Amino acid sequence: MNFNITALVPELFFLCMVLALMVQSLGSREWKPPVERWLPFGACAAFFVTITGFHLHGTMFWDVYKVDLMSQFFKIVITFGFYVVVLNASRQPTLEEGKRADYYMLLGFSTLGLMLLASSVELITIYLALELASYSMYAVIPLRAKDKGAAEAGIKYIMFGAVATALALYGLSYIMATQHTTYIAELMNKSWSFADQPMAVVGLSLFLGGMFFKLALFPFHFWCPDVYQGASNETAAFVATMPKMGAIVVLCRLAVLLKPGLEITTILAVLGALSMTFGNLSALAQTDIKRLLGFSSVAHAGYIMVGLVSGTPEGIGAAAFYGMAYLVMNLLVFWVVSRVASDGRNLKLTDLNGLYKKAPALAFSLAAGAFALVGLPPTMGFMGKFFLITSAWDHGYNWLVITLVLNSAIAIYYYLSLFRHAFTEEKTPTEVAPPDNGWFASAGAGMLAAAVLVIGMIPAPLFNFAINAGKTLYGITVTFSGGGH
Amino acid sequence: MLDFGYPVLTILIAFPLVAACGLFFLRAPQVVRYYTMAVSLIECLLAVPLTGFKLNADFQFVEKIDWVHQWGLQYYLGVDGISILMVLLTIAVLPLCVMCSWTYIGKRVKEFHFCLLFMTSAVLGVFCALDLVLFYVFWEAMLIPMYLLIAVWGGDDRKYASLKFFLYTLAGSTLLLAAIVAFRVTGGTFSIPDLMQMNFSFRFQFWAFLAMALAFAIKVPMFPFHTWLPAAHVQAPSAGSVILAAVLLKMGTYGFLRFCLPLTPAASEYFAPMMIAISIVSILYGGAIALGQTDIKKLVAYSSVGHMGFVTLGIFLFNQRGVEGALFQMLNHGIVTGALFMMIGAVYERSHSREISNNMGLGKYLPAFMFFWGLMALASFGFPGTNGFVGEILVFIGAFEQSTILGMLLVPGALLGAAYMFRVSLKLAWGKPSTAKTWRDLNAREWIYLTIPAVFVFWIGLAPTPFFKIIDPSVNKLLEDFDSRKVAVVEIVQPLQTAAADVLNATAEKE
Repeated sequence: MNFNITALVPELFFLCMVLALMVQSLGSREWKPPVERWLPFGACAAFFVTITGFHLHGTMFWDVYKVDLMSQFFKIVITFGFYVVVLNASRQPTLEEGKRADYYMLLGFSTLGLMLLASSVELITIYLALELASYSMYAVIPLRAKDKGAAEAGIKYIMFGAVATALALYGLSYIMATQHTTYIAELMNKSWSFADQPMAVVGLSLFLGGMFFKLALFPFHFWCPDVYQGASNETAAFVATMPKMGAIVVLCRLAVLLKPGLEITTILAVLGALSMTFGNLSALAQTDIKRLLGFSSVAHAGYIMVGLVSGTPEGIGAAAFYGMAYLVMNLLVFWVVSRVASDGRNLKLTDLNGLYKKAPALAFSLAAGAFALVGLPPTMGFMGKFFLITSAWDHGYNWLVITLVLNSAIAIYYYLSLFRHAFTEEKTPTEVAPPDNGWFASAGAGMLAAAVLVIGMIPAPLFNFAINAGKTLYGITVTFSGGGH
Repeated sequence: MLDFGYPVLTILIAFPLVAACGLFFLRAPQVVRYYTMAVSLIECLLAVPLTGFKLNADFQFVEKIDWVHQWGLQYYLGVDGISILMVLLTIAVLPLCVMCSWTYIGKRVKEFHFCLLFMTSAVLGVFCALDLVLFYVFWEAMLIPMYLLIAVWGGDDRKYASLKFFLYTLAGSTLLLAAIVAFRVTGGTFSIPDLMQMNFSFRFQFWAFLAMALAFAIKVPMFPFHTWLPAAHVQAPSAGSVILAAVLLKMGTYGFLRFCLPLTPAASEYFAPMMIAISIVSILYGGAIALGQTDIKKLVAYSSVGHMGFVTLGIFLFNQRGVEGALFQMLNHGIVTGALFMMIGAVYERSHSREISNNMGLGKYLPAFMFFWGLMALASFGFPGTNGFVGEILVFIGAFEQSTILGMLLVPGALLGAAYMFRVSLKLAWGKPSTAKTWRDLNAREWIYLTIPAVFVFWIGLAPTPFFKIIDPSVNKLLEDFDSRKVAVVEIVQPLQTAAADVLNATAEKE
């Protein structure tokens, strides 16, 4: 068994942190310091440890676990997401005092699962990592279980999750039976046309179904709006972003099997198109912000398919970049949502009315987030979308690109209504808790908004990182230039 | 990569935006106004190096930096004879906008001026960008401040108008993005000057033209995509209307000149009859609807549809007079309609109504105002000696060069222009006054912001030669390239057509 401990430093660091959380959750309730005091520093340190490990590489555990540029890119994104989620949740009003350490421990385990997922290059390992990431989620979502909606959300998530996982496992068995291997590197050299290997194609489709569930791609998205609505704002911020990174990294790795024109690629393209259209049209009718964001994330899952079907390193790089953009934009919007709903209620669009007056920094950040989600320049949402459509154009899926473009036009309406309510509506709802307008709220929102804008204007370093990551998946040697320029 | 001492275009684009951030530290509305005024004047000073523009067709003041190397994106700026006038117009309009909102804008003054400066940056970027994606970035970035200008400081129906404006223009420009990507994949670059050298297949040009033309036609706006314009104009505050009329509409026609003609010459030729027909409909329709308005602002808004029809017509005539006329009309419309909107704002501040019937009898009580109004009205329908005449006559000559019938079709359009302008001017000047007796005539601030356009009305009207010198080389080059590349494409298309015809004949014979 090959094993290189230095390549695993980010995971090990994270594991230690999660174990510390576990110990604290087992201990007495009055354990000092409270978890919110130390965890943000730990999460921040984990983020920086992962960044410093961006150039690590190596294969271990009988080649099922691979540390490469792709995995490091996503680990950085995931630990960044965890850091923001922890900060965001540190003022969670609906979380009971006694459950705090448990809550963070579950989030931590889920995140660890996602980090492992980023490095898994073998189907069974992927399956195991996925389960590790999912089980904690099953526990976290119904945490607000006194609420009927939360209970429903929890049950929905577990039921859908179980079915999707079962399908994935079933598909895995087909792939093993026909292709006689579960290593992606070996699967790359096999035929994936339906005429040659019908069983394998069916198997892969089923296996992908498990990932689509995590990604909330149509028609595996039914849990998504309900879970967002049922979970607390802070939990929804986690569910909306982090598990999707896991799904995207696996899809990026599996996308090397796909060539434009294969049946399975076309299925992905069709699902992508349906997902965008369905998600956007449904979002048009929503007034609950979290439901709106839920349907919008269905649409975003569709956008990511555009990069995956192109069958090029650029396409995979674009999908990875868009995944990161998606995480940052959504965390930004959820940050604002969590701060505006300072008492933890579910926000309606009208709750945003007059936000520019009450909390200008939050309103401005919300605008940056909403416009990034639309894909307006100069935000990273625009750059992400732009890279996606450039990579997919002329690879046989021009219709998909046109669908994306038209869908962006539909999406304007409901994202603009976030902006419209915050900036142009004057009548504020009465008798609701005012937004949290403290320095912590403003600074967090401002930093995320700055990230959205700055990466939108200077995307080159991160994008090069993503594209090099895409190249490594295809076995193209990347001349190492520090991930930038 | 600079052919000039310092990056003048970047500074022009960045300065208003950077200065706008300074607004956050100011509190008193009056301070904000003085600050923005100072910024806009400094911006004018910063534009002085542009006088070093050489009278040739090259792109000048070029700046080129790698942006996203992997995708060939560049931060690539430059101006030629076509864009430099638009750049100068944009810069010149800024102080006028600040002045005309001095007392008009009472609420959220800081945010208002922020939007104004942000918008100026974005629009300047549009006219300077030589990279397709950079162009698109600026093109879209300008939407947000304009949306806010209408949605926050607009009239009673501002929500509807602003939403319509946003949805229309953004929906159009998403297809522009698809066209931009298609250009990159087919041509291998986003650089506009490089793409101008390439010949694309007719089939490609056909679709690319349609995608781009839709975005530009909405922005111009051409009939039947014009419905957002009257709503937006009427609801927007004066400065918003001025910017909308003076520079935003020009972005559409600029797009036609910069992209459609050079990049898709064969398709432009192919679609020219359609574009000319739409232009004529726009001219006649805009004029006819303007004639029936009782709201002054709506009248001027619909007249814009007609005036911009002249511009698109001139562009799609593909002869020198036509294109020159179009460029002149772009400039003229910016000056004249901008001034008209400022005056409507001025009179609205006095009467709080835009109805013609509530603003009559100004000839006696507000003679100075009426002088400027009369002058701009004359310029608007192209009275000899004013700038409108120079532009309109060139388009006329161009149209007659093309065909007599086409020229004749324009005559009612010009007559309509005179009719609605005379109608409104007569009523404003000599109609039975309602409350005008108590109004004060123009104050010093209003004198300043109306005198500047008036100077340009006479300057361009009486001595247009310097302007010709600036635009001529670029127009000539544009048309030469257009003619040669149109032929080159026809040479590719024709054998294909003959081959297709042969096949068809052969099939017919078999049957």
